[in-house]
Amino acid sequence: MNDAPIYLDNNATTACDPAVVQAMLPFFTEQFGNPSSMHSFGNKVGFALKEARAKVQALLGAEHESEIIFTSCGTESDSTAILSALKAQPERNQIITTAVEHPAILTLCEYLEKEGYAVTRLSVDKRGRLDMDEYKSALGPRTAIVSAMWANNETGTIFPVEQMAEMAHAVGAQFHTDAVQAVGKIAIDLKKTQIDMLSVSGHKLHAPKGVGVLYLKRGTRYRPLLRGGHQERSRRAGTENAASIVGLGVACELAQEHMAFENTEVKRLRDKLEAGILAAVPSCFPTGDVNNRLPNTSNIAFEFIEGEAILLLLNKAGIAASSGSACTSGSLEPSHVMRAMGIPYTAAHGTTRFSLSRYNTEAEIDRVIAAVPAIIAQLRKLSPYWGDSGPKEETFAPAYA
Amino acid sequence: MWDYSEKVREHFFNPRNAGVLDGANGVGDVGSIKCGDALRLMLKVDPETEIIQDASFQTFGCGSAIASSSALTEMIKGKTLDEALKVSNQEIADWLDGLPPEKMHCSVMGREALQAAVANYRGEEWKDDHEEGALICKCFAIDAVMIEDVVRANGLTTVEQVANYTKAGGGCASCHEGIEEILTKVAKDVCTAPIAETKPTPASVPVTAPKLTSFQRMRKIEETIESIRPMLQRDHGDIEIVEIDGKNIYVNLKGACVGCMMEAATLNGIQTQLVEALGEFVRLLPANMLGRA
Repeated sequence: MNDAPIYLDNNATTACDPAVVQAMLPFFTEQFGNPSSMHSFGNKVGFALKEARAKVQALLGAEHESEIIFTSCGTESDSTAILSALKAQPERNQIITTAVEHPAILTLCEYLEKEGYAVTRLSVDKRGRLDMDEYKSALGPRTAIVSAMWANNETGTIFPVEQMAEMAHAVGAQFHTDAVQAVGKIAIDLKKTQIDMLSVSGHKLHAPKGVGVLYLKRGTRYRPLLRGGHQERSRRAGTENAASIVGLGVACELAQEHMAFENTEVKRLRDKLEAGILAAVPSCFPTGDVNNRLPNTSNIAFEFIEGEAILLLLNKAGIAASSGSACTSGSLEPSHVMRAMGIPYTAAHGTTRFSLSRYNTEAEIDRVIAAVPAIIAQLRKLSPYWGDSGPKEETFAPAYA
Repeated sequence: MWDYSEKVREHFFNPRNAGVLDGANGVGDVGSIKCGDALRLMLKVDPETEIIQDASFQTFGCGSAIASSSALTEMIKGKTLDEALKVSNQEIADWLDGLPPEKMHCSVMGREALQAAVANYRGEEWKDDHEEGALICKCFAIDAVMIEDVVRANGLTTVEQVANYTKAGGGCASCHEGIEEILTKVAKDVCTAPIAETKPTPASVPVTAPKLTSFQRMRKIEETIESIRPMLQRDHGDIEIVEIDGKNIYVNLKGACVGCMMEAATLNGIQTQLVEALGEFVRLLPANMLGRA
């Protein structure tokens, strides 16, 4: 029996595609020049960056090459976008975001709230969907920026960001979307949208860590986060991470080529995995908007057991996944996404995310479907909430600290 | 991935004494649903000798919660109830060759389950007295509730004092922002000094008050400061005027006000009162700014 490790945590990070690594290698050795330099060492690197920029532009469907700003990561892109909108429009002081954003957005908003900005966090329903009426009534003449993720990292749920961008523009606000999970997994054509800014993270689509993109629509009022050199047309100073940018370009080209595969074959395997687990394990359910989500993500809540314990046993079986339990993050509360959807604590702590990539095989999925039921049963045997064959009749109600 | 010891991993993968214990005569249910842990400890106690003949557990929780439960049952079997009650949470952690700081609460839960089970056996009621907050200091595993309690009880005003009292912040120093937030929060609650809600806007000060002579003006400033001093003294602080130079008034904050997180807000609040009393805009500055402004 094959017991090579199975990687189903691609929403956390992805493996660099071998073609990406190959393309990067020369930029650590002979192509070491600074693209800003006048000599031929720099010039070649400068051309390579231009090529990479065009590839990113193509994947995003951006109208102009100059709308692509390379950054160090998704978080930097997010921070740049929000802080820029506030600085560029000092007469506006409200930020609208959602309760289920990544900490890259939420923690920044919490900080800005302390600095005196008004932050509105849109709620979601049990399936993780926004209420467009609530959003509409939150918008106003003081709204500086709306930041809503394209797709949720935990559940894969997709937000109607194109419609939201139009609504933001109707009140003169800027619109930003954290699209680090969406780019490369679903087709995006920014020139047809009113989205002003969009964040990309390289390592979520088989490029290396340490490189990201901020898409900035031409004409959007902008203030840089990092000032210094004239790199990225002075919109993001700092010598370019040439090797990683070249890698990201190749990764975007590959993502474009595999877009159909992602939405057919990867989706089929994800659906098979989810159906297989739901059929074999009692008291579990998928979370999020299952009919409108990324093709690679399945998030299943296993009731009455805790996620970290599930991950440790999965890991022992050679399966890598992730969890929304409090214990995996070292915080006290289970995932804010699960809480926002109103998932009960006993289920939220047992949420387990399986996120696939184009590298996963049918044989791997079969192995996971075969391994999961025994792991869940083993932990339920230890759980005070679980009887012989199902949730306990009598309620277990401990004295809570 | 947590850095679990071999022993923690071993007790998680192969927990001892897991499951329902038939004939248990002492049961303790404790937990913290928020942080995802709940534990039922079951004891079979010999009524004659009070020796724990058998123990078992059921745990809803992470790897270290299950390992701590398993360790606890192994540690207390064969002990009398009084001996068992002496087992501290640190001993449970030590028995497992240590737990990560974020996971120390798992051993605390084990100890609480033991107290609850013994109370249940003895027909007593057990009450939990420990509330847990978000972990602030990872070096010494100190949470927000503990820091806030100590800050309130001892009137602490600086990060350094918090480190001296609780150890929190005394290691890598990366949690100092978090500690400062707690200090600010507590200071806002307990400080009786006049704190300005918003910064005074000089433009809006009406210049309608009758013009004072230099002497009257100094007296007025002194009177205003004197009326504020009792409020600061109540918080073990104080203030003195050092110099009046045109619109700049230089003062020394003393006692607990020195280095207090609310120092700037206190000065702002007093300044607002002075502006009102004098009918003109003045600036209140710390004395160390003298000659610089």
